Amino acid sequence: MMFIPGNNPAMMQDAYVYAPDSIMLDLEDAISMQEKDAARTLVHYALKSIDYGNIEMVVRVNPLTSPYGKKDVRAVVSGGVDVIRMPKTETAQDVIDLENEIIKVETELGCLGRTRIMAAIESTLGVINAYEIATASKRMIGIALGAEDYSANLKTSRSKEGSELMYARERIIVAARAAGIDALDTVFSDLNDMEGFRNEVAIIKQLGFDGKSIINPRQIEVVNEVFAPTRKEIDKAMRIVAAIKEAEQKGLGVIAVNGKMVDKPVAIRAQRCIDLAIASGILTKEEVDE
Amino acid sequence: MNNIQSRKKDVKAMASKLGFAEYQENNACKRTASLPESQKQSPKIVSLEEAIKRTGLKDGMTISFHHHFRGGDKVINMVMAKIAEMGFKNLHLAASSLIDVHKPLIEHIKNGVVTRISTSGLRGDLAEEISRGLMKEPVIFRSHGGRAAAIANGDLKIDVAFLGTCSSDAAGNSCGYSRSENAKSKCGSLGYALVDAQYADKVVVITEDLVNYPNTPNSISEDNVDYVVVVDSIGDPTKISVGAIRDSKNPRDLLIAKTAAKVIINGGYLKDGFSIQTGTGGAALAVVKYIRESMIEQNIKASFALGGITSHMVKLHEEGLIERLLDVQSFDIGAAESLVNNEYHKEISGTEYASYFQKGSAVHSLDMVILSALEVDVNFNVNVLVGSNGVIRGAIGGHPDTSAEAAMSIIVCPLLRGRIPCVVNEVTTLITPGTGIDVVVTDFGIAVNPKRPELAERLSKAGLNIVTMEYLRDKALSISGTPEALPFGDKVVGVVMNRDGSVMDVINNVVDAK
Repeated sequence: MMFIPGNNPAMMQDAYVYAPDSIMLDLEDAISMQEKDAARTLVHYALKSIDYGNIEMVVRVNPLTSPYGKKDVRAVVSGGVDVIRMPKTETAQDVIDLENEIIKVETELGCLGRTRIMAAIESTLGVINAYEIATASKRMIGIALGAEDYSANLKTSRSKEGSELMYARERIIVAARAAGIDALDTVFSDLNDMEGFRNEVAIIKQLGFDGKSIINPRQIEVVNEVFAPTRKEIDKAMRIVAAIKEAEQKGLGVIAVNGKMVDKPVAIRAQRCIDLAIASGILTKEEVDE
Repeated sequence: MNNIQSRKKDVKAMASKLGFAEYQENNACKRTASLPESQKQSPKIVSLEEAIKRTGLKDGMTISFHHHFRGGDKVINMVMAKIAEMGFKNLHLAASSLIDVHKPLIEHIKNGVVTRISTSGLRGDLAEEISRGLMKEPVIFRSHGGRAAAIANGDLKIDVAFLGTCSSDAAGNSCGYSRSENAKSKCGSLGYALVDAQYADKVVVITEDLVNYPNTPNSISEDNVDYVVVVDSIGDPTKISVGAIRDSKNPRDLLIAKTAAKVIINGGYLKDGFSIQTGTGGAALAVVKYIRESMIEQNIKASFALGGITSHMVKLHEEGLIERLLDVQSFDIGAAESLVNNEYHKEISGTEYASYFQKGSAVHSLDMVILSALEVDVNFNVNVLVGSNGVIRGAIGGHPDTSAEAAMSIIVCPLLRGRIPCVVNEVTTLITPGTGIDVVVTDFGIAVNPKRPELAERLSKAGLNIVTMEYLRDKALSISGTPEALPFGDKVVGVVMNRDGSVMDVINNVVDAK
């Protein structure tokens, strides 16, 4: 998930050429108070007019308790955003409040149920409530750790080895797995320390995270390399994609592979696995087409 | 009786029959002072004014300069100031290239000292003024190879060449560096100047470091030098030799470079003994880093790297990955130092580099070249000279020479720079014909010239994203919108020569948009 400030049109217009899994346009921390309105309008039109292809589009809105949050939700839902990332989530009620705002806008637009939610957990209370947050809505697709605020809340600072984050990371992973949704790790801010970044990505992959938030396209390559799928995962993904193609040709609605039903998230993940394998140079397009 | 005296009449008869002169005893005094003493009074060493007088320079003649001192150059401004002071008019200035630092030429043009210019490029205020119609006669633009060919075949006849060098001995043996203790600056190769030295009627070397004879290994040889002018400084050493160009951290450059590296690796030319040239743009330099890894993995060595040599190429040479460096222009201090120290790092002339007409030039043996561009159009034509506002702001360099000859010519450029599209329907000015361009690598996909279907197939099989130029053009326009037509006037301010000596395109003056 690549973070892009919501007031930077140069980066927004073609960030997808770097092929991140998802792009998060930020209306919250990256945008100063006097830029909030301009950024909201820009993000709305970017969502409407730019063809981001297969990349999942996420927008981080301002908290609903701020003067901007509700306006942000309206602008991005009407822009057609895939996922709203809610900052500083502390309780299940926070998620429910956001969902209610989304429902209002979706009902007006006639697209009820389209927008999904991801919650960023950035406080000790949020970490304690991780499972309740993860299960607060059917729209929830993931929870993410926001480490800057969290470590401040812990009354400590961030370190290279990240020992202060260990508990929060494990708790978030466990909560996400128990809820059946994704877990995303926090950003790594030192762009010049690629070795440190690689180490951290390796650690969070081993912990079980599904991905990493990034702040520069240069970090994508490292994440892709560390997360490159294994041969076994690729083979499974290839079987799923083949089954979908076959079902489409035969006009079948429900697809099963090895006795397990293939629904949309499974299909998306399989395609992503193949894309990742191609991006990592493990597979060629030709092998996939065969 | 048969002795020297008695044979004189036969000598006379044979001289007459063969059409030669008859030998007359020479009473001219030979040098009797020792070398250390005599070289201090070499008849070649004169002041700049004296040198200009003795060359026989006249109004209307062609004088030439090189641009190896880059932004640090003081030679052109120094010589032109003296020439103007001496009252010369109507001169043709033929430089290998002109840049921002040559801004004082504007006054010499206004005063009628310079009325014609031939160059590879123009930048800064001088370029801006010329684009707005400063000169009566259009500037003639040639590629480096085109210039070498034109000088050799007489299209561009040089009367007097003023060639700055970093060291010279009293006889004129000169280099782009100095091995003396007084070394002041270092530009490395003097490749473009070698052509002027060889073909100009009169050659004046201007140096800041007079060294003991013989200044070997030398670039310019005494047999081509008429006068040596010693000055305090030929330029600003910090701008003559620039530090190694740092690796780009721009993610767009790196994305394009990585894609270009995949094109190289899968294009079919990365084989043991291959040859390569790259430009100096961020993406072109980063390509070298990526293919280096592949070369090591696959145990592939290059036979040579050509052209403007950078520290990046020197590193690969010193690692044993590139056997020879052929250097017409050393782009940074690392390259200049390598030229001094590495046996197989050879200086070559503009002729040896890329001339169209001579019996051989290294571009004929080039496998791959990676070049940047200001604009590429749907016919693969490239512009590297005229900016998107119609103002001249670049240099042709070796772009058309290398791309016409390399087996696989790759252009690396972003789809847009800011809000300016780089992939366009038709280039503003035709500099490099699309017939020589094989692949265009952008951040939005790779286009392969339809003339090279086998190449497109190889790259496609490797899983690369192959698109058409039309797709890229439309994509660019969808982001930027359609730009307004440029505000060109009717006056021709520049003529673009093809490397074969034919006139290929013209550049019109710009007028302020209404």
